Amino acid sequence: MNARHLINYTLHLADNALVLGHRNSEWTGHGPILEQDIALSNIALDLIGQARYLYQYAARLMNAGPAGPGGPVAGVAGTPVTEDQLGYLRDSWDFRNCLLVEQANGDWGTTVMRQMLFSAWQYYFYRELQGSRDGELSAIAEKSLKEVTYHLRWSGEWVIRLGDGTEESHARMEKALDQLWIYTGELFLPADYEQSLAPLGIAVDVAQMQPLWAARVQEILKEATLVIPPSVAQKGGKQGRHTEQLGYLLAEMQFLQRAYPGCEW
Amino acid sequence: MESTKTIWSLLETVSDPEVPVLSVVDLGIVRDVRLVDGHPEIVITPTYSGCPAMDVIRMNIRMVLLEHGYTDIKLSTVLSPAWTTDWMSEKGKQQLKAYGIAPPTPVPIVCDLGLFQHNEAIACPHCGSYHTTRISEFGSTACKALYRCEDCREPFDYFKCH
Repeated sequence: MNARHLINYTLHLADNALVLGHRNSEWTGHGPILEQDIALSNIALDLIGQARYLYQYAARLMNAGPAGPGGPVAGVAGTPVTEDQLGYLRDSWDFRNCLLVEQANGDWGTTVMRQMLFSAWQYYFYRELQGSRDGELSAIAEKSLKEVTYHLRWSGEWVIRLGDGTEESHARMEKALDQLWIYTGELFLPADYEQSLAPLGIAVDVAQMQPLWAARVQEILKEATLVIPPSVAQKGGKQGRHTEQLGYLLAEMQFLQRAYPGCEW
Repeated sequence: MESTKTIWSLLETVSDPEVPVLSVVDLGIVRDVRLVDGHPEIVITPTYSGCPAMDVIRMNIRMVLLEHGYTDIKLSTVLSPAWTTDWMSEKGKQQLKAYGIAPPTPVPIVCDLGLFQHNEAIACPHCGSYHTTRISEFGSTACKALYRCEDCREPFDYFKCH
């Protein structure tokens, strides 16, 4: 097995969770009502927790072997890579998250739509990954699945409530769906590291997972009286080619460690 | 084997900083305790992935063991099998209730994907009434949901099934 593929795969999953966790945390203190502010902050916390397990695992993998040329991250020469370096010191082309999670929050409707589309993916994804032959990934999947079940229920209910709500909320949800739908195709297009690890029983075959996701999402959108737009798949995030949104996010998230390297409190 | 017992009883004194009435043992997160050549090895599992209490708990476990003369303490974390509220002790559930937090119900009712499910019937920890309403599935910490009692009108936390 190619060690770099496993590192990249683990980083891809970690970046997905961290970037959406950070996006959601932007709502903390700004939610429409206190209870929903708390709900989204809790979801952010779950995602950042999942990201930490994955970054810790990626760091262990990187420290265990000689970093190949062009490897995913350069630690400070001679010192071990840490989870913090992976989150705070890589630049946007090193991030392997899908484009969907980095999209700006927009209004509340856009945020819950993004969450529903991604939680539905993460739900079926983690369900499969539990069977991975990589014990570490399988354990993280088992742990995370319980949390994602809450996320999908919560976001699904919001999409229905607003889609099938007032004229204005319906229009906003339709707009949110139009904006975000083009980023969902990428979730099912395997990157090279997935293509290499799926036949070994380590990575999930995401293409095969697509019908399960589609059935669940269509069910929710139908109940929300929303119409799915024609699909055009934007891709590249999993290979480090991002929309401009990610740069702004990293600039804020990484500011402190960039300005005050190694700062702790 | 004299001493894993001692360690277990020391762990009984380490509480969850967010729910101080509950020890880490009663919470069900201590998965294994071993002694190797007199040095403790403790395996714990997190409640929720992002629970910020875990780092504090790890530090407090270490502190209490150091205070009692143990050295070279090994603390490791396992994720599988994933923590469940089923592992909370009966004593822990009683203590939660006395503290004003409704303990998890023995049978998880709302743990699947169904949308807009009926609320679980949760008894108010203050007056015992089942005439309660869920305000939010997410509460002040990841492990709790927010409820209100329709009889005594008090809001309360419910330590939700997981």
